[in-house]
Amino acid sequence: MKYFPLVWAGLWRKPVRTVLTLLCITIAFLLFGVMHGVTAGLDAAINTMSDSRLRIQSRVNISEPLPLAYLQRIETVPGVTGVAFYNFFGGYYQDPKNSIDSGALDMKRLAALFPEVVVPADQLAAMESTPNGALIGKDLAAKQGWKVGDVIPLRSTVWTRKDGASEWVFKIVGIYSFPSDKAPTNELWVNYSYFDEARAFGNGTVTLYFARIKDATKAAQICEAIDREFANSAFETQSQNEKDWLRAQINQIGDIAFFVNAIIGAVFFTLLFVTCNTMMQSVRERIPELAVLKTYGYSNTRVTAFVTAEALALCGAAAGLGLWIAAFVSPQLFSRLGAGEMPLPTNVIVVGFVFAAAVAAVSALVPALRVQRMNVVDALAGR
Amino acid sequence: MFKQVWAVTSMNFKSVPARVASSSVIVIGIAGVVGVIVSIFGMTRSLSETLVDTGRVDRAIVLRAGADTEVASTLLVDAVATIKNAPGVARAPNGKPAASADMLVAVNLVRKQNGTRAGLTVRGIGPEASAVRPELELVEGRMFKPGLREMIVGRGAQREFQGLEIGSRVALRDSQWTIVGVFETGGDAHESSLLADADTLLSAYSRTAVNSVTVLLESPAAFDEFKTALTTNPTLSVSVERELDYFQRQSERSSTILEIVTKFVAGIMALGALFAALNTMYSAVSTRAVEIATLRALGFGSGGVVVSVLAESLVLALVGAVVGAAVAWLLFGGNTISLGGGTSSLVFRMHVSPALLGIGVAWACAVGLLGGLLPALRAARIPVATALRAV
Repeated sequence: MKYFPLVWAGLWRKPVRTVLTLLCITIAFLLFGVMHGVTAGLDAAINTMSDSRLRIQSRVNISEPLPLAYLQRIETVPGVTGVAFYNFFGGYYQDPKNSIDSGALDMKRLAALFPEVVVPADQLAAMESTPNGALIGKDLAAKQGWKVGDVIPLRSTVWTRKDGASEWVFKIVGIYSFPSDKAPTNELWVNYSYFDEARAFGNGTVTLYFARIKDATKAAQICEAIDREFANSAFETQSQNEKDWLRAQINQIGDIAFFVNAIIGAVFFTLLFVTCNTMMQSVRERIPELAVLKTYGYSNTRVTAFVTAEALALCGAAAGLGLWIAAFVSPQLFSRLGAGEMPLPTNVIVVGFVFAAAVAAVSALVPALRVQRMNVVDALAGR
Repeated sequence: MFKQVWAVTSMNFKSVPARVASSSVIVIGIAGVVGVIVSIFGMTRSLSETLVDTGRVDRAIVLRAGADTEVASTLLVDAVATIKNAPGVARAPNGKPAASADMLVAVNLVRKQNGTRAGLTVRGIGPEASAVRPELELVEGRMFKPGLREMIVGRGAQREFQGLEIGSRVALRDSQWTIVGVFETGGDAHESSLLADADTLLSAYSRTAVNSVTVLLESPAAFDEFKTALTTNPTLSVSVERELDYFQRQSERSSTILEIVTKFVAGIMALGALFAALNTMYSAVSTRAVEIATLRALGFGSGGVVVSVLAESLVLALVGAVVGAAVAWLLFGGNTISLGGGTSSLVFRMHVSPALLGIGVAWACAVGLLGGLLPALRAARIPVATALRAV
């Protein structure tokens, strides 16, 4: 610790340069934190998905219906312990731009399959006894200012009513939440039986099924068994566990990881080049000073350690600053992109500091070699 | 004065090779920024150009009132007849209205690039579609025959997805469809889809409603007449939009997210490059402090010194811009990108245009000038005596 003042003095020998270098590295780590936060956040989202729950949709496309009659047939597939279903509703409130994520379902079945969904028992009972009842997510309630007892007229981008009315009127009977995780609760759920009875077309079909299985390791076989059950029928299925499904969804958007890594790569290459140069120049200018240290009897190793410590301090401080700003910026950026609050994952911070150490080591390498090879007499003479 | 500036600047440039390592910091720093900016701006612009190019000012698209996309819209058969016969609609060569009632479904196919399944639009088009869309050109095979389960595939979709060669079969709901031809539409959004006969598709899906009607107008000016006729008709509940406006709206929708990301990344990277440029020019000035002071002691004015530093930083930035733009152009120019996947995909070519390169160079100049300004002022202000004493 007694050498700290020496390292400190070395750092502040040229304050403008140190500050500019620090800012350069800070910017690089800010970008690293945010960009890497995207991929890490997606990975985290995949990991929260269950691998003992399957999603069964039409093989042709998610916009294609499946018959409700598949319910019993999926239930009898060996290994399946429970089945729920969901029908896309596509609602909007007042303005088509104010779309409400909404679906028709059998709440009892859904609650049995998704223990993470929490609804007070009396509200669950109210949902069952009110045909046009609706359960809404906590986030949706907050966003629209809706509460239990409100009557909400919704329109659907897809479904028209048999009776010709243009609006679907639902009564909010309860509010659900996901206390265990941070997933957004912004859906509106209505009773499938009421919805199916009232819609003008598509009756007796659903958008997708969920199946719970006993043994997560058998997911692949069970998926295959379900898809085989309906092969060569008018409505073929495609089953996946939730994890694989989300991974495939993310891959569909495009090769995000490649894009992110390409940017991070370009930034780091630039950054490494800039810092290496600045540090080399800094050492070059201080050759006579370092020679003085060596005349006083400081060993090569020790002088090299000073140079390396300076680089480490600079990179470490800058990385800390950059990641700290990223931790503030990225949740806001994500919420503007509509991805919900996504805090900066811890492993991004850890990886960030490892990178910082690597940058410091590489940029200290050349100056350190120079110190090793330095001839004290020549250095003092300024040759 | 000019002679002085010239003398100092040229001397300055002659000394750059001696400072090649630190000068290359600017070049590489700016090359990185320009490369990334050109690539991501190129991507967002190519995406919106592809969408906007799909629309024409002399075509109109009719949707159900309140629906803001084709997928969300349904129009019943009798409404379609009224729309086709509305005033302002051009005539096809056979004398029928130049209008196409389109029906949309989606099919999942496997992407060549990573083997994942993604959705593609299958569009059923009416018999007069080729009069509505003269850009539609069959480049291989033949047209589908109405009544048969046949489709033609867009060049973009074929390039990006497996199993879309002529003769292959695509499974839609309860039916196998054969690919019989390949079409191009000048690289617009429709090239990322499959086309079939609307009536055949309607009966295969046992539907009675289409999604939209697109009409060719007699002239761009006929739009108002057409729109008024439909929106004042009490038997209809439709919204009428110029096709160009419709696709412009779609392009805004899909590019919002990309735009936020682009601006954020580009802004941050430019800031980083600015710090790097400042750093380099400060060191350049400090290494040459004695030289500059000597010049000034000899009677050279500070104006010349300022200009010489600025010129150096600007030229280095320009070199960086050229390198970065060239790398981006070589790596990504003409690449095919596929976006989306749920119920439709958009395949587009990344196009690195001269205008885009211009934007990259403009950014570089801004960074170079800003990065050179402060160090230039410092160089001009150091008291001569202090600088000379530093020897």
